Amino acid sequence: MTGHLVAAFVLLNAIILVVTYITLLERKFAARMQSRVGPYYVGWPHGWLQPIADALKLMLKEDVVPAPSDRWVYNLAPVVFLVPCLLIFATIPFAPDLGLADLNIGVLFFLAVSALEIVGLFMGGWGSNNKYALLSAMRAVNQIISYDLPFIFAALVPVVLTGSMQMSAIVAAQEGLGGWFVLYPVIGQLAFVAFVIATLAAENRVPFDILEAESELVAGFRVEYSGMKFALIQLGEYAHMLGTSFLGALLFLGGWLGPGPAWLGPVWFLLKAVVVFLLVTWVRWSFVRIRVDQILAISWKLLLPATVVLLMATALVVALGGGRGA
Amino acid sequence: MTDREQRAAVLPGGVAAGAPARDGVPATRDGVAAAPRTIEIGYGGNERLMMNMGPQHPSAHGVFRAILTLEGETVVAVDAVIGYLHRCHEKLGETLTYVQYPTIASKTDYVAAMTAELAYVAAVEKVGKVEVPKRAQYLRVLVAELQRIASHCLWLGTWCMDMGGALGGGATIFLYCMREREAILDLFEALTGARLLYGFHQVGGTRYDLPAGWTEKCRATIDVVERRIDEYEAMLEDNAFFLVRTRGVGVISRELAQEVGVSGPLIRGSGVAYDIRRHEPYSSYEDFQFTVPVETAGDCHARYRVRMQEFRQSIRIVRQVLDGLPEGPISSRPGVKSVGQVRIPKGEGYARVEGARGEVGCYIVADGGPKPYRMKWRGASFSNLAVLPHIIPGHKVADVVAIMGSVDPVFGEVDR
Repeated sequence: MTGHLVAAFVLLNAIILVVTYITLLERKFAARMQSRVGPYYVGWPHGWLQPIADALKLMLKEDVVPAPSDRWVYNLAPVVFLVPCLLIFATIPFAPDLGLADLNIGVLFFLAVSALEIVGLFMGGWGSNNKYALLSAMRAVNQIISYDLPFIFAALVPVVLTGSMQMSAIVAAQEGLGGWFVLYPVIGQLAFVAFVIATLAAENRVPFDILEAESELVAGFRVEYSGMKFALIQLGEYAHMLGTSFLGALLFLGGWLGPGPAWLGPVWFLLKAVVVFLLVTWVRWSFVRIRVDQILAISWKLLLPATVVLLMATALVVALGGGRGA
Repeated sequence: MTDREQRAAVLPGGVAAGAPARDGVPATRDGVAAAPRTIEIGYGGNERLMMNMGPQHPSAHGVFRAILTLEGETVVAVDAVIGYLHRCHEKLGETLTYVQYPTIASKTDYVAAMTAELAYVAAVEKVGKVEVPKRAQYLRVLVAELQRIASHCLWLGTWCMDMGGALGGGATIFLYCMREREAILDLFEALTGARLLYGFHQVGGTRYDLPAGWTEKCRATIDVVERRIDEYEAMLEDNAFFLVRTRGVGVISRELAQEVGVSGPLIRGSGVAYDIRRHEPYSSYEDFQFTVPVETAGDCHARYRVRMQEFRQSIRIVRQVLDGLPEGPISSRPGVKSVGQVRIPKGEGYARVEGARGEVGCYIVADGGPKPYRMKWRGASFSNLAVLPHIIPGHKVADVVAIMGSVDPVFGEVDR
């Protein structure tokens, strides 16, 4: 019991540290794309203390609660938003036997918990009692529910190929040269593309960031949040993003598998997750945002039927003996 | 002041109490009250939400307040409030001399200051029948076209940022565009010493001549800009998301464009080949070869296409000016010694130029003194903005910012 608590404490802090620095990575990456330098002055070299400075600034800011807001809902929302975003890391193994809980329904747990973020999001938008936030919350419910389905179906393709929902089993099934599911003929690539698109939408990234949509809704559901509450929402968002990147690396890119000794496994895993993260970031900084009706049309008319067909095709392949399960 | 009074102060026919435009001229020509400002489309019995977009809003392009009536995400009515940036430019024009005002004229449209100055001095020269040397005319064309490129760069960047978000691809294009605009502002800085508000034009010519080495620098800059425009087009035109956001959005029909009186890229995007540079050449525009780009769709994408082609036409004109720049004086009048130096005989007249946003006009009533008796601006953005209530209802909230960006208003010019 104590061991689990210590492990959870260590993992949580490690996650928060990585999340803090992944924001720096994104800012540097975006800056390179935009022919800028990015954060530079806080900390030598290349502004490596910038995330710490940002966190400190947010902590020191005054906590403003708008008078017409629904106090309970408003104050609770950042926490409700953050908890599932951190909880998804519980089932991710970072190497064989290195993880909090390698559940036999790991993928299902991840998908179920990650879908819970919508509750906090809607609470924030509703509790702020602000028209921009309300519109954003309505968009959030529409969008996230629409995209969770294709997200789940895309994530289920490796599960069906493996025949197990246990994350370590899925990685084990990708052993060997060309064993990664992203390299699985046709099905693997299509599923990975669908997964990345659905990730963009589930993470509210451009071109699907209509929740935030600062040119229309100023800052969307978090327009009224400041200081530490804003920091919690931001942390949750990036943690969710990192968690999904880990899931993508685990399902499609072979998790901790890689050349070199076994202790390099977690390093490979992190590198692959960063690659998925940068892929999503690359799309984010190159596209314009699309409209709410177009987002829903893409999900229901294109992505959802496509992923369902893909899943059925996968099932057929497995039935014909193409599975990789133990 | 209430909203309504504030609007009344700037809208034509709005000053109902009979304050005349000037002595001896009736307040309103036909006594008709201001046109209805809200255009509604019918929707059945849903709950409605009023939402302010502005005056402080990330996509307001200045200080503009649009009061949107929403049903869900759909805009059913829009009411526009302007006047937050009103700085009494027309009164200022009466109190400053012909020598002083050109530098102030740049502050009407601060994104395309060169054309605003040009409109003022052109009007003064027309009334005073002042000759402008050929070299000065060519220099005016040169800076006007460079200014058009710089202004369109800012438009493309901010418009994409409206659609793509400051935390997304829009910001990428914005920063690319600002990079090119900087290069052109560097040219202006070398020429006039200022980057945004120049004071380059003066009655009878220009105030500065090209410094040594400027021509080569200018050629190198426009070569780079030309290459970069190809890059923008490659980034945007093959982008399905950009196309679905712009095609068929905010359609201005040919009839509506002519009825409302929009000008510039808006009317050319609606199928009317109207360009003052071509139809009423001023400042030796007849010497240069260029085409007037026209698109017929009338939507945001058509306006985008028109402006992208204008980039290239402007570059073409700049090259022709640099090739054929005649020698000679840059002004028919001596340099400025005192503010009351220029006196214009009694008379009145209107001059217009093709600015980056459309027809920029200036009407001057001179009484023989060193200052105009009355001055009136016609801002292109002001007239273009009037089309918004006609095209926004029926679109989604996200389209409102796309449409507003495609109109490219500069609120210094709207409110003056």
